[in-house]
Amino acid sequence: MDMRVKPLLLFIVIFAAQKLLRLGLLLMAVAVFTFVLLSFSPIDPVKAYIGADMMQISPEQQVLIAERWGLDQPIGERFLDWLGQLVQGNLGTSLVFNQPVSEVIASRFQASLQMLAIAWLFSGLLGLALGITAGALQGRWPDRLIRFYAYTLASAPTFWVALLLLIIFAVSFKIAPVCCAAPPGVLSQNVTFWQRLHHLLLPAAALSIIGIANITLHTRQKLIDVLHSDYVLFARAQGESLWNIVRYHGFRNILLPAITLQFASLSELFGGSVLVEQVFAYPGLGEATVQAALRSDIPLLVGIVFFSALFVYTGNTLADLAYPVIDPRIRLGDSLT
Amino acid sequence: MTLIAPTRPDSPPLKQQNNRRQQTLTAIAIGGIFLLAIIVSPWILGDSGLGTMLPERNQPPSWGHPFGTDWLGRDMLRRSLHGLSLSLRVGLLAASVSALIGTGLGLVAGTVGGWVDAVIIWVIDVFFSLPHLVLLILIAFAVGGGTKGVIIAVALTHWTSLARVIRAEALQVSSADYVQLSRRLGKPSLWIARHHMVPHIVPQLLVGLILLFPHAILHEAALSFIGIGLSPHLPAIGIILAESMRHLSTGYWWLGVMPGLLLLLSVKAFDWLGENVRSLLDPKTSQG
Repeated sequence: MDMRVKPLLLFIVIFAAQKLLRLGLLLMAVAVFTFVLLSFSPIDPVKAYIGADMMQISPEQQVLIAERWGLDQPIGERFLDWLGQLVQGNLGTSLVFNQPVSEVIASRFQASLQMLAIAWLFSGLLGLALGITAGALQGRWPDRLIRFYAYTLASAPTFWVALLLLIIFAVSFKIAPVCCAAPPGVLSQNVTFWQRLHHLLLPAAALSIIGIANITLHTRQKLIDVLHSDYVLFARAQGESLWNIVRYHGFRNILLPAITLQFASLSELFGGSVLVEQVFAYPGLGEATVQAALRSDIPLLVGIVFFSALFVYTGNTLADLAYPVIDPRIRLGDSLT
Repeated sequence: MTLIAPTRPDSPPLKQQNNRRQQTLTAIAIGGIFLLAIIVSPWILGDSGLGTMLPERNQPPSWGHPFGTDWLGRDMLRRSLHGLSLSLRVGLLAASVSALIGTGLGLVAGTVGGWVDAVIIWVIDVFFSLPHLVLLILIAFAVGGGTKGVIIAVALTHWTSLARVIRAEALQVSSADYVQLSRRLGKPSLWIARHHMVPHIVPQLLVGLILLFPHAILHEAALSFIGIGLSPHLPAIGIILAESMRHLSTGYWWLGVMPGLLLLLSVKAFDWLGENVRSLLDPKTSQG
């Protein structure tokens, strides 16, 4: 027993160290990229900070602000200063929300998280189910219907799909709220769970409807490949039913690419949430991204860029971790024993 | 069993071959004409129907106004065509620049190799590690927004997948036996590039470019929709849709539905065009 556990632990440590190193490199690259981009940008940070009060602040005071921020220093020194603060976890203060950036991101992400989670789970399950149906019935009308749906959604603008749902369910049928995360005029601590869910459902539905297309088409193709394999031909020759073939031969084989794809789709999901939250005026992280860009809130925008990189990276790492659970051929530690 | 997939005829009769090719060509022609018609429509239609006509405001779709009219009585079909034409032109320009970047970097990575290749691959990985929309917003914001911001942002973020494809193609061709043989026979690099590389890469580039358009156009529309893209004075399709948001709760559904439908149609037309050009150029499908 001891012989088996030790290499496994070692493997986990190496795996974690590797992943952390890669994450560090990635965040470093994002930091350099963002810094270069913003320092060559025509936007003057002092002007962006002062905003509408420009008339009341004399040029001397503006110079003082620039000095206080170290804007008069050479570019390399500025970068190191900034990086030092970042490493200490200081992302700065958001100008729009007048709060530390990390707090804004944390509270906004909490609001978005439930929506993202529902959309992610739903699009994964539904996409898998549709993909299996289409793949198993290749060429028949359910397959054609599903493929048409998937291809159409793949080229539909995200925000337009959200608009359609809003028109149908919120305006015409009036069964969903038109906007926001809670009914108007209710204090945030008084909002019930059902009210919150009620407001969440339509944005989440919009996000999952769009997320379905990719996973459906890939699952379908993969299942068709499996169904044309020799072992399925053999199973069929033995009189196995279609359902059993899909269940025992197809399912595990299509699960792995589907899960990879679903975790990799976190990037798309995050982008989609920006648009969907904009349509439904849902106060989540995506809406904060738009606010930050429209109102020149550079600290918040940079914070969100870092956070989204972390989010996408987490998704990819989870996909890596999911492999050995599903596929016995790549169990953790097997390569070392 | 009912499960047997429809078998693809390996050698269809000769007459059918011609038909398939003709079908593909017809599809390309229809898709091309449709998109071209949208792009040039503002010059053909002129500014008629865009003026304020208060007596005719907020009319639902009818024969006179297939897309209805807006809150100022402007014809929505004409507005949508104007906006879509603008969006398509911006998208085409940005996608073309992006394709140039992608081809250049892909070719360099695939032929030079070594650390240059490693750096380009790493840059592509970094680009893929951020959500595309966040990257677009960041770049569009950093260069100052507006039309220029959208074009730069879309151009700078869509080259990655094409660069990967071109790099793989270049790697594959330059390690192929006949290229190695050419080298040994003393053919100059330019001759090899002209006669061995270009015939492989141009079809990939063309298909990649056409399939880039829908992404570029959708992202342009998305940026304009959230208000970071084109200015409100230039009614791109994203802005028309964003404006419609204010009037949806009063029940004027056509303001949002119809322009979006037109956008969806043109994106699908680009996809269709790309797939058909691909099957025409790909030796595996062009004869069958």
